[in-house]
Amino acid sequence: MATTLSGPLPGVHTPPTRTRRERGALGSAAKVAVMVVAAFLTLGPVVWTLFTALTPLEAGTGERSFGLGAFADVFVQVDMWLLVWNSALVTGLCAAGQMITAAMAGYVFAKMEFRGKGLLFGLVLATMMVPMQVTIVPVFLLIRGMGLADTLLALIIPAIPTAFGTFLMRQYFLGLPHELGEAAALDGAGPFRTFFSIFAPLAAPGLAIVGILAFNYHWNEFFRPLIMLISEQNFTVPLGLVTLQGNLGTGSVATVLAGVVLSMIPALVVFILGNKPLREGLTAGSNK
Amino acid sequence: MTAVVAPTPAAAEAPKSAPTAVPRADRRATTWLTWLFLAPTLLGLGLFTMVPIVGSILLAFFRWDIISDPQFVGFANFAELATDPTVRVSFLNTFGFVVIAVTLQLAVALFLAVLVQSRMPAWLRTFFRSAFFFPLILSAASVSLVMAYLFNAEFGLVNQVLAAINLPEVGWLTTDAGAITVVILVYVWQNFGFTFLLFVGGLASIPRDVYEASSIDGATGWKQFRAITLPLLSPTVLVASVMAIISALQIFDQPYVLTRGGPGDATRTAVMVIFESAFQQLEFGRASAIGIVLTLIIIGVTALQFRLSRRFVFYS
Repeated sequence: MATTLSGPLPGVHTPPTRTRRERGALGSAAKVAVMVVAAFLTLGPVVWTLFTALTPLEAGTGERSFGLGAFADVFVQVDMWLLVWNSALVTGLCAAGQMITAAMAGYVFAKMEFRGKGLLFGLVLATMMVPMQVTIVPVFLLIRGMGLADTLLALIIPAIPTAFGTFLMRQYFLGLPHELGEAAALDGAGPFRTFFSIFAPLAAPGLAIVGILAFNYHWNEFFRPLIMLISEQNFTVPLGLVTLQGNLGTGSVATVLAGVVLSMIPALVVFILGNKPLREGLTAGSNK
Repeated sequence: MTAVVAPTPAAAEAPKSAPTAVPRADRRATTWLTWLFLAPTLLGLGLFTMVPIVGSILLAFFRWDIISDPQFVGFANFAELATDPTVRVSFLNTFGFVVIAVTLQLAVALFLAVLVQSRMPAWLRTFFRSAFFFPLILSAASVSLVMAYLFNAEFGLVNQVLAAINLPEVGWLTTDAGAITVVILVYVWQNFGFTFLLFVGGLASIPRDVYEASSIDGATGWKQFRAITLPLLSPTVLVASVMAIISALQIFDQPYVLTRGGPGDATRTAVMVIFESAFQQLEFGRASAIGIVLTLIIIGVTALQFRLSRRFVFYS
């Protein structure tokens, strides 16, 4: 999958030829130099984080030495495995739930005719305009009323229905020819089989976008866990790390940063394997 | 709002597009599929978005701390927003933040998106694009932890570098101006890549022959940028600025982790006050009122986008 990183973005194949005569090689070099500085400023803090986590201060001497001590220390200071497990559970179930419900609803909005379709789809889209911070108080009260306060389900259940995912999957199914369904019907497939064996597999790339965006969002989210979770045994990784930093103060920088590095690994894997769907998904809302 | 999600009344309708040859059993199955597949999304959005919107509006007219009975107070919660110094400061902070951060974000993103189009090896272009986009995949909370160390006034790397080149050290997180600067920088650092992606896409859709034609007419560099790139990119610029404004209006993670809103109220934002009102002071009515005002502002920005796009934006 390394190709996802090395291929050029669609349409940006070659630069316009206009600058060739005026600027020449010197202008290009200056531009590249500016971009090298920008890339340094962008990646610098990440590299510094990795470097500092790998060179913790020695307790007695105050010297920095290379080693994995800080990484071992994170697991001593905080139940890192539990944090990762909680985050994985929330992220995995949110992503799976969003993929399933968005595929189903998107399919119906794209391929089925029924009364009230336009109105219902409009309502689904309208919910995208409402910022989460506005609904969080009533959602918290609802969750509390359902007896789910301070559980991981408080983060999972409200996050499964997804207006954006439904919109994205509808667009995806609209792009698949209607004739596929008719052909399947002629072959005797019922509507459920038509969906599961014909359309759903073809929509896999769209589903990947929904899943990757859900992963990226829920693995990193901080606001909802901060509100919904009270007990440390339910904390997710970002909440656990911020709490750890609060407990340790500024004494063990390397330990906290080791935790940050660990928390970046899954995001990095997704960034490398799913670069293209991630880019497409992030910018999808702006095209239509 | 619940009527919206009740599937039964329309369930009897046969799908219009179904050919007449389709057997009855299949038609019934299609109807089943339609509502079964819609149910999780419609019920879920109904319960966790629509109902909370209504709930939020109702709550805004009450004073309630969860423990005692809610007390109807009319518009008092909204009136308090105008008089409460913390709320007022938090909104002013948010507006100021949005103006500076979004301007910076758009400028940096546009500058780099134009630069990345210039002549260079393909692998280098891919590297730059990936680098600028990378911070987007990180957690804003973790990033803020890292930045809090980097900008630490006593031992942070930023002040060490300033000292090394004989510049005065700055009380980054301990002075008002320093803390505001750090919150803006950290936010823009993480989010400019998104705007950058939008601009790269927008620039790619400008037909190259427009540039070629203007080159023949003698237009170059900056002139081309002003006369061609900017006008043809204006739909993208508009969408990108609205998305950036809406997202910046909701800033929370960075100031919460970096400064907890301090020093004083210098970096307290609107969403931070929602959080503190509801979950620290148990003022659920006031939190809802602030949330509603924020939503109205966001809807206003979106509406403005539609108006502006009709008046100012050039479509090719």
